[in-house]
Amino acid sequence: MQELSDLMQAAASEIDAAADLAVLDAVRVACLGKKGTLTSRAKAVSQLPVAERPAAGQEINIAKQELQARLNSRREALETAALEAALVGEAVDVTLPGRGLSTGGRHPVTRAMARIEEIFRGAGFGVRSGPEIEDDFHNFTALNFPPNHPARAEHDTFFLPGGLLLRTHTSPVQIRSMVEEGVPIRIIAPGRVYRCDSDQTHTPMFHQVEGLVVDRGVSLANLKAVLHQFVESFFEREAELRFRPSYFPFTEPSAEVDVLWEKGKWLEILGCGMVHPNVLGSAGIDSEEFTGYAFGMGVERLAMLRYGVTDLRTFFENDIRFLRHFR
Amino acid sequence: MKIAESWIREWVNPAFNSDELAYQLTMSGHEVDGLEHEGDSLNGVVIAEVLQAEKHPDADRLRVCLVSDGSGETIEVVCGAPNVVAGMRSPLAKPGVTLPNGVTLRKSKIRGVVSNGMLCSAIELGLGAESDGIIALPNDAPVGEPLARYLHLPDTVLELNLTPNRGDCFSVLGIARDIAASSGLDLDYSRFAAIPASITDTHPVVIDLPEGCPSFAGRVIRGIDNKARSPIWMTERLRRSGLRAISPVVDVTNYVMLEIGQPLHAYDLGRVQGPIRPRLATDGEKVTLLDGKEVTAAADTLVISDDSGAIGLAGIMGGLSTAVSATTTDIFFEAAFWPQAFIAGRARAYGLHTDASLRFERGVDPQGQARAVERATELLLQICGGQAGPLQLQLARQYLPASKSISLRRDRLRKLLGVEIADDTVVDILQRLGMQITVGNDGWQVVAPGFRFDIAIEVDLIEEVARIFGYDKIPVTTGTAETPVALAPENQVGLNQVAATLVARDFQEVVNYSFIDAESNQAMTGVTSELHLNNPISSEMAVMRASLLPGMLFATAANLARQQDRIRIFEIGKTFHGTLDAHTEIVRIAGVICGSSRPEQWGETPQAIDFFDLKADIEAVLQLAGGSSKYEFVAADNLALQPGQAANIVRDGDIVGVIGKLHPRHAKFFELKRAAYVFELDATMALATQPPVVDAISKYPSIRRDIAVLVADNVSAAELVAAVSSAAPGLIYSVKIFDVYMGPGIEAGLKSVALGLILQETSRTLTDDDADSAMAAAVRKLQEKFGAELRD
Repeated sequence: MQELSDLMQAAASEIDAAADLAVLDAVRVACLGKKGTLTSRAKAVSQLPVAERPAAGQEINIAKQELQARLNSRREALETAALEAALVGEAVDVTLPGRGLSTGGRHPVTRAMARIEEIFRGAGFGVRSGPEIEDDFHNFTALNFPPNHPARAEHDTFFLPGGLLLRTHTSPVQIRSMVEEGVPIRIIAPGRVYRCDSDQTHTPMFHQVEGLVVDRGVSLANLKAVLHQFVESFFEREAELRFRPSYFPFTEPSAEVDVLWEKGKWLEILGCGMVHPNVLGSAGIDSEEFTGYAFGMGVERLAMLRYGVTDLRTFFENDIRFLRHFR
Repeated sequence: MKIAESWIREWVNPAFNSDELAYQLTMSGHEVDGLEHEGDSLNGVVIAEVLQAEKHPDADRLRVCLVSDGSGETIEVVCGAPNVVAGMRSPLAKPGVTLPNGVTLRKSKIRGVVSNGMLCSAIELGLGAESDGIIALPNDAPVGEPLARYLHLPDTVLELNLTPNRGDCFSVLGIARDIAASSGLDLDYSRFAAIPASITDTHPVVIDLPEGCPSFAGRVIRGIDNKARSPIWMTERLRRSGLRAISPVVDVTNYVMLEIGQPLHAYDLGRVQGPIRPRLATDGEKVTLLDGKEVTAAADTLVISDDSGAIGLAGIMGGLSTAVSATTTDIFFEAAFWPQAFIAGRARAYGLHTDASLRFERGVDPQGQARAVERATELLLQICGGQAGPLQLQLARQYLPASKSISLRRDRLRKLLGVEIADDTVVDILQRLGMQITVGNDGWQVVAPGFRFDIAIEVDLIEEVARIFGYDKIPVTTGTAETPVALAPENQVGLNQVAATLVARDFQEVVNYSFIDAESNQAMTGVTSELHLNNPISSEMAVMRASLLPGMLFATAANLARQQDRIRIFEIGKTFHGTLDAHTEIVRIAGVICGSSRPEQWGETPQAIDFFDLKADIEAVLQLAGGSSKYEFVAADNLALQPGQAANIVRDGDIVGVIGKLHPRHAKFFELKRAAYVFELDATMALATQPPVVDAISKYPSIRRDIAVLVADNVSAAELVAAVSSAAPGLIYSVKIFDVYMGPGIEAGLKSVALGLILQETSRTLTDDDADSAMAAAVRKLQEKFGAELRD
């Protein structure tokens, strides 16, 4: 009779050499099947003297377990190899583009406007709008532009018959909102505005965002703070601002705000000031009790700086090749 | 306004350079738009005399000149300027000199003749943007003197963007006054002197309307030398301010206006007939102005008249009939104060905008008329000689603007600016600005100078204090006021959310002008808009759009022309409707698609878009409003859309939008080379919403049953679904169309529609019997309503 160790060695080499699951199974049957070599040896244990049986039985059991473990491990290896072989055939070129629709994009101006809105909403500002076809009262008179005032000439205005006009700024929303809601008030008003001017640096339609805060104890120092914080928030960087005295009929004091862009270059980005008592008066607000500030910014200007656009007119040419940059 | 720095420094001379001066002006509210340095590199350019100018032997347009540069030698130069003649004096640059434009001159041969230098034009020397040849210097210009020294160069021209409230700053004096206030320096007023009369001649001035002319200064000057030329220092200053030299009389009036801000007019005294009378124009009165144009003056316009009628528009422009000319020897100077109430808007009404009207509209110094005439007299006598009569001054003080006393409260100043400014500083600032101050308990009583038309109320004084104190010294303080938390109504889908949905579905947003051409507006909407601009930029931008689509279709065509063959664009913006008396603005969302339904990609054949591609996009937008409201797509005619492929989008009985294929006729109109599908929604009506309400979800299993029926091909899918949905209340949970077929095997005029029904109950599990009876009810309903035939 063969030594158990020889038997095991032979079986082990057969298992390791099994090239597929069928061969492996044949090996299993030959060793561990009903008539398998190890099975037969196990049966033979009962023929031994009683005193030898426990040791022999244990020896066989250990051998069976070893063999089974070897079979299992070989089976796993063969199965893994088979799966891997099958998957190779399913490989794809992962660099091919995804199928389906792509995505579009927002227009840079509305994108910038949405960003401005979000920043001011976060600072507790409500968002308001007003008509684009306005009347003289809301666009000028209520904003302290008396008839024939030279400051009107600086607003190249589109007129419609019957005393109507296209609003030249978003400031009329100041009046409408104060009349409607009263004070305290803390709002911005984004929207389209129109001026009768068309050249390399002017388009007859553009976008502004107006801001208005009226409350007790509002000061120019507060205005400086809110604009400084806005500019830093919008451009995501520390900003140096320059407030320089200017003139708008509806604010007093008034200022233009420049931002230090690069290498000592100041760029004008918005106008602002403390709401003129006459403007508060035209909205029926006591200017002794309440003070306020207002500001107006050109969205195109901010979008040009933010997105590196150099020609204002490209915003309104709607060239998809340009717009695709804003996906 | 352009002013030479050297001129300002004659009045006030702060110890800092041009850039710092410009910065200070900008930071005190007088924005410097540009700084032009002139005469920086004129080294080696000297004054030369042309001794001889002969035609070039080989070139008709060139001259060979012999010039003297004062060194004793004679230099031969070739000159192409048309104005070169023997005897003239002109700047000469010799070889080796580098001109301001960077060109270094070399001795060169021009058509065979050696040129040893160049006679220069103003442009070549960086002295202005115009020239009609070489510079002709006065005949007394010293030959050999460096040009820069002769012209008082280098100098810097400041281009100021002055605000319309500061009429007092439209002059050298005004700007110098503000610089003095900002920098704590004194102004040099020494050049104002009263000029004694040498003759007694006056000219009668009759003021019938003193409120329209409360101050009038005039003066007769006789026997001026009309051959005299304005001195170079004067014409140079005028040039640097952007004005051309014309004649001594005109140059003097311009010079004084630039210097002290008071416009002046000079009449040819010999052509004035009778007394000078400022008055309101009579109806239909005509006057021919200096520029030769005739205007009909309106009754609200002040004119100057004599016995012949109107001879000028007051404060705007003088008349031709009494204008000075090359033969004038006797003149009458006029400097008046025309109140803003009589001036504002008048020039504009005649389409005029003059240096005089600019200043009068913004307000000139009511005390400045006599001073202006004195100064003009002094200068004119210097240049042209002559005999001056006495100064004539007529004042109606009660009509001059009164300087009122304004109180400035310390507390108000601090609260509005958000900074504490020391009393001494406040007083010092106001005094430097020429204000008279009385100290009170709570602040100050302040009287502003008469030329400060911008100071009327307390806040104007606060601005002045802030301006001179420096905006940059006002702190940055975050406000502490609390804002109440506002209501957050959930009743409308936000437009940003709509945009995000469309962007996610491959739409690119565009922004078109709100005004379009009348024809395409009409073509798209069938409405002739009343909302047209009086003064459009062009006829393409003339009416307020009643639809977003025309602009978008033009944009589509433009992009197709740019080789973009798949276009998906949307716009959100207002459209304008109604009449001038009753107009409305509606926020709309519109889209155009064109080209293949999906981008060209591997693994699939491009498919042309159809109605249902766009319908899915719209449904995605409409679904933002939630399930609380139902939308119907109702086939409808629309003049811009192709019949049979057009629908109204109806919500609760209201038309909230349209969708369809652009009519081929319109495609042609907009020059679209491909089929386009379009939609337009009323944002407010289509996207009103409310918070969702949760429905119970059935715990019991559902059953799916499918049927296919034959119906007439004009029965709509919506009708079939509606009929089946209502056939067995409580049992049929949802109905879906999963196939529509027409073609071989189906009789013409019929179609096969396959419907999938989900049957479910909320309180129990359905049995097969339940399902059978529900299906039977559905089939019965289809047979009754549409004569449908069940297919096997």
